[in-house]
Amino acid sequence: MTYSYFPGCTLKTKGKDLDIWGRASMEALGVTLEELPQWQCCGAVYPQAKDEIATKLSSVRALVSARDQGRDLVTLCSACHHVIKRVNCDMAQDEYIRTRANNYLQLETPYAGETKVLHYLEVLRDEIGFDKLKEQVKRPLAGRKIGAYYGCLLLRPSKELKFDDPENPTIMEDFIRALGAEPVVYAMRNECCGGYTTLENKPYAAKQAGKVLDNAANCGAAEIITACPLCMYNLKENGGGRLPVKYFTELLAEALGVKEAEA
Amino acid sequence: MSDMTEIVKRISGVNPRKCMKCGKCSAACPAYDEMDYHPHQFVDMVENGRLEELMDSKGIYMCLSCFACLERCPRSVEPAKLIEAVRLAVVRQQDKNHLKPEQIPGLLDAELPQQAITSAFRKYRK
Repeated sequence: MTYSYFPGCTLKTKGKDLDIWGRASMEALGVTLEELPQWQCCGAVYPQAKDEIATKLSSVRALVSARDQGRDLVTLCSACHHVIKRVNCDMAQDEYIRTRANNYLQLETPYAGETKVLHYLEVLRDEIGFDKLKEQVKRPLAGRKIGAYYGCLLLRPSKELKFDDPENPTIMEDFIRALGAEPVVYAMRNECCGGYTTLENKPYAAKQAGKVLDNAANCGAAEIITACPLCMYNLKENGGGRLPVKYFTELLAEALGVKEAEA
Repeated sequence: MSDMTEIVKRISGVNPRKCMKCGKCSAACPAYDEMDYHPHQFVDMVENGRLEELMDSKGIYMCLSCFACLERCPRSVEPAKLIEAVRLAVVRQQDKNHLKPEQIPGLLDAELPQQAITSAFRKYRK
């Protein structure tokens, strides 16, 4: 099985571990993620204003590129997923945005939201299946207590993202369980870490990160996983080293035996 | 300024009159303590034409874009969209960018992800 894949700016630079172990794990599972040619940065924040068109075009180009290859589009970074999925909703549902974007792009075939956008975790859950994933695990992560950190962008707004229950999500806990580890549920797992304000107000970003990590630790988590490079930065660099933080793809690669477990 | 209020309502798509003043948006807001005006006040003040005060507030730069207020609003008023529209009304003015490229080198550290810079530019400048 082959999917089109949008890595995004950070996965090529500071977030390489999210990308490398994501691709290697999918290969081990018999799935190829084929990077879109000439993709452009999604902008990392979904432009909410209805008259913002230019800032949505890079996402439209990625969606059109996947459509023209006849493939579903897989994302991995939470922010890229959020932006591209919501722009896709606009192109399908908002006539004003669709008309203006198509008027600018002048595509051979106008785009109206045909591409299916899947987050990597959705591929694991809905295309491969966590039961099948469990069968492929070579080194179960037995005895490890892991807190899933969802953050904001994968879950909200749920009527557009349709990723999981926004207040009581289970996809990452099911993922952790499939790898043989024990998921730790804690209240702050779907609350914001404050990462977007790290340039504007670092002490505040650090305070928010601390709340997330303290809550996870108090509930018994010994480590945290995330799908967002900005959450990773904020929890790790601004979080005062309270708990180890990993990308979920690193954990997956360890369990599948494609990455050596860290001591 | 009244025309600008209409533009803010239009580009946000928010109808403040749907608000039933339950305060859940502000209760859910993780940036509550950092904001001079809180999400429920954005809704009320836009409704009452007090846009200038909101445009001068620092809260427009403190919104985390976490969408908690938007998700949890029982009336689908979606304050996050209003806060962003007010911020745009400011940064779309000439020379009113809140973040300038020349500030970036001073803000960098070795681990800062590109996502942090890209998102800050998208939120704070036009």
